[in-house]
Amino acid sequence: MQFTRMRIPIETFRLANGLFVTLSEDHTAPIVAVNLWYHVGSANEREGRTGFAHLFEHMLFQGSADVGANEHFELIQRAGGTLNGSTWLDRTNYFETVPSNQLELVLWLEANRMGWLLPAMTQQKLDTQRDVVKNERRWSVDNQPYGTWWERLPALVFPEEHPFHHSLIGSMSDLDAASLEDIKHFFATYYTPDNAVLSIAGDFDKSETRAHITKYFGSIPPGGGRPPLPEMTLPATFGGWKRVVIEDDVMLPRLFLAFRAPVFGTKEYYASSICGAILGLRKGSRLHRRLVRERQVAAEAQAFTYDLTKGSDLLVVDVTARPSIAAEALEREVADEIDLLVRDGVTEEEFARAVALVQTEFVAAMQSAGDRADRLSLFATYFKNPELVNEQVEQYEAVTAEDVNTFVRERLGESNRASLLFVPRQGSSEEPSPSEEIAAGVGSVAQS
Amino acid sequence: MSAHMNGGSAVLERAPRPSSAAPRPYQFPRFDRTALPNGLKLVIAPIPKLPIVTITALLDAGAVCDPQGRFGLAQLTADLLLEGSTSSDGTAITDRFERLGASVEAHADWDVATVTVTTLTHKLRPTFELLGEVLRVPAFNDREVERLKNERLAELLQLRAEPRGLADEFFSSFLYESSSRYARPDGGDEASVRGLTRDAVSGFYAKRYSPNGMTMIVAGDVRAGDIEQLARDVLGDWKGGVPVAMTASDEAARRTRAVHIVSKSDAPQSELRIGHVGLPRRHPDYFSAVIMNAVLGGLFSSRINLNLREAHGYTYGASSYFDWRRQRGPWVVATAVASEVTHSAAIEVINEIERIRSAPITPDELSLATSYLDGVFPIRFETTSAIAAALTTLVVYGLPDDWYDTYREHVRAVMAADVLSAAERHLHPEALQMVVVGSAAAVRDSVEAMAFGPVQVYDVEGRPT
Repeated sequence: MQFTRMRIPIETFRLANGLFVTLSEDHTAPIVAVNLWYHVGSANEREGRTGFAHLFEHMLFQGSADVGANEHFELIQRAGGTLNGSTWLDRTNYFETVPSNQLELVLWLEANRMGWLLPAMTQQKLDTQRDVVKNERRWSVDNQPYGTWWERLPALVFPEEHPFHHSLIGSMSDLDAASLEDIKHFFATYYTPDNAVLSIAGDFDKSETRAHITKYFGSIPPGGGRPPLPEMTLPATFGGWKRVVIEDDVMLPRLFLAFRAPVFGTKEYYASSICGAILGLRKGSRLHRRLVRERQVAAEAQAFTYDLTKGSDLLVVDVTARPSIAAEALEREVADEIDLLVRDGVTEEEFARAVALVQTEFVAAMQSAGDRADRLSLFATYFKNPELVNEQVEQYEAVTAEDVNTFVRERLGESNRASLLFVPRQGSSEEPSPSEEIAAGVGSVAQS
Repeated sequence: MSAHMNGGSAVLERAPRPSSAAPRPYQFPRFDRTALPNGLKLVIAPIPKLPIVTITALLDAGAVCDPQGRFGLAQLTADLLLEGSTSSDGTAITDRFERLGASVEAHADWDVATVTVTTLTHKLRPTFELLGEVLRVPAFNDREVERLKNERLAELLQLRAEPRGLADEFFSSFLYESSSRYARPDGGDEASVRGLTRDAVSGFYAKRYSPNGMTMIVAGDVRAGDIEQLARDVLGDWKGGVPVAMTASDEAARRTRAVHIVSKSDAPQSELRIGHVGLPRRHPDYFSAVIMNAVLGGLFSSRINLNLREAHGYTYGASSYFDWRRQRGPWVVATAVASEVTHSAAIEVINEIERIRSAPITPDELSLATSYLDGVFPIRFETTSAIAAALTTLVVYGLPDDWYDTYREHVRAVMAADVLSAAERHLHPEALQMVVVGSAAAVRDSVEAMAFGPVQVYDVEGRPT
């Protein structure tokens, strides 16, 4: 496979308080991206406080000792920058891309809220953000067709005691129960320099930036250690086919079919990722070609991996029916395609197509300073090794069609399936009467 | 429990807020314009950073070119380009692009049709040749025509259950006079899509797709001379005339306020749209209108978002925007709020529209908006696809070649008085249309009590109830 190698320069260091820093210079444009990962997500929530990690992410924009409520947004936008934060199962991140002369401001802002958040916290701010998050929940989950897949799928595929089982955005009653005391405790436990990775990519001066990082973050004391998560390990397969059927206010049946898969970062993960691309990346993928184009039983078909690093990753196939195709028929058609794949394996042509697309996507993503900084934080947080960014293309190139076929045989059979099947509620058929209420769409990653 | 509370400790040294250094200079990428003897125009921006290139073929074949009653024809035609040529069927065309690692999209918006492909530089020639093939000899096989029509019908069916999309579609349909192309969905409605035929598609293609009406925009790791040669090799012997320019009517349906409630019983939220017909993209007040909108609802720290989200907790987010087109597209405030505060949120939005017309914005508000648009400028052009899209904008609206070179000066030149004047001239509180997609039972009485304007309730298919 011919491919122009690209590597980004990477330097790392660690402050005395444990803050891990990765730097990657690129002076082609006067832009710099800052990306701060805290190694905490919804998996770290305790019972009765679901949604807390994400609510907390909102609170980080409500000011700190020297920054007013929402002033973080204002200062970054005034500086000509873009910003946001996002919460995931096992991490929360905060990121800004700014003109390079504004880097020091960003470092000061991030340090101020890492070190001095609590003096600015008030009950009223918490109450307002609770309302904002409830509206976010209504908007992204409750008032979106299929929107609940986002919390139903983890609930189905992870056992009840597992940290990935519960809802990331949380229940309305748990959001109501969150108190200022919870905020203080969560902050003291997880928002510490030794539980964070700071990545900077783009146009900056290395020695000056090192000095600024030490100046702004150096005096923040380390935390008392991160409480361990419960045992995450799971068997390689579900041991059967777990099925859930949901009658909902949707117009067309839609199937989410999940398989347990090797965790992100393992050699086997890359075979799973290529398998996902073969099945459901773009219109030349097997499911799109067979179900949308040839058999015309599906309106849309895609596949993706969750990229989880603990317990078990998931490969998910997501197919929406054509009008007039019943839910049972949809499930059977998808299962037939997967069975065919298990029986005959992938072809060299399909394999080459998937690898070529993954390579182009990787280069396209690396154009953006924000994407580079995010990936540096990812590999530093999960594997303590940001250099892995530069090995991703080789990791994909090292996979063979036979590796994919081994993955397919081991993981895509009936002993490793879990499905969520959305079915239009009785009455909300494809020709609804005027009075009926209907709903359709997908929740996205929760963001501030 | 952690032994170590690290927040709120007064003994920690805190550094004061730093001041910023001077910005480093930035220049929008240089580009060359050239043309082939057959009329095909080329816009080429060499970006040597990474081995990747984006090509956009731009044709004057947008939804405004749809013949009366054939709404959706422009989009169907664009989509069908990738569904088979005279030598390869749809499966084979897709496979040939994707085995090159190339991502390709064909689309028609209101003004133009585009085919955009991003590929690694060492695959440029075969990708370009394939792009030439889909543009020059599409097959429009009956089977693919029927399949894409059915996919559009499935999309329309899904839309009935999708509150955000429904609110956007209904807003446009209530905004423009019924004979305006803008009053119908750009991809067509159920009746019009059912009536589209292969003959209509090939007729539309014959009229609108020609090297004489086309511009190819290339941004990435290329040399201008090489691209010109490639274009000559692949497209040089393609012949065709100049398509007739088409425009849409952009007349409003009403000159006075009205409320349109689209009923979805039990909806936990109302999708709210408030606005009116806006401005054409090429307008002398463009910059002052953009700054005015940024302060009112374009930024996170805008008046409307801070009011609705942060002061009242009504919503996850509220924003306003101009939907820029060659003719006057909509100007709209969009948000989703809990049903019981729908009228309260609407009152706040209307108050903010009145307020920005009645007094100059503060120096802080002005500088926030101008310094944001000035500073964020280089961040908008990090990727080859973003640069190709920026050059596409230039061509579609006929903006001058120095548009991006003078953009930041124009932003910085806007004064508070210009913003006030833009608000007075281009916001029309008396003509606002309000669309609510939500529970009519929960919102109707309180919205009527606002005395905003006449209230009409519809079902999700737009039938008055």
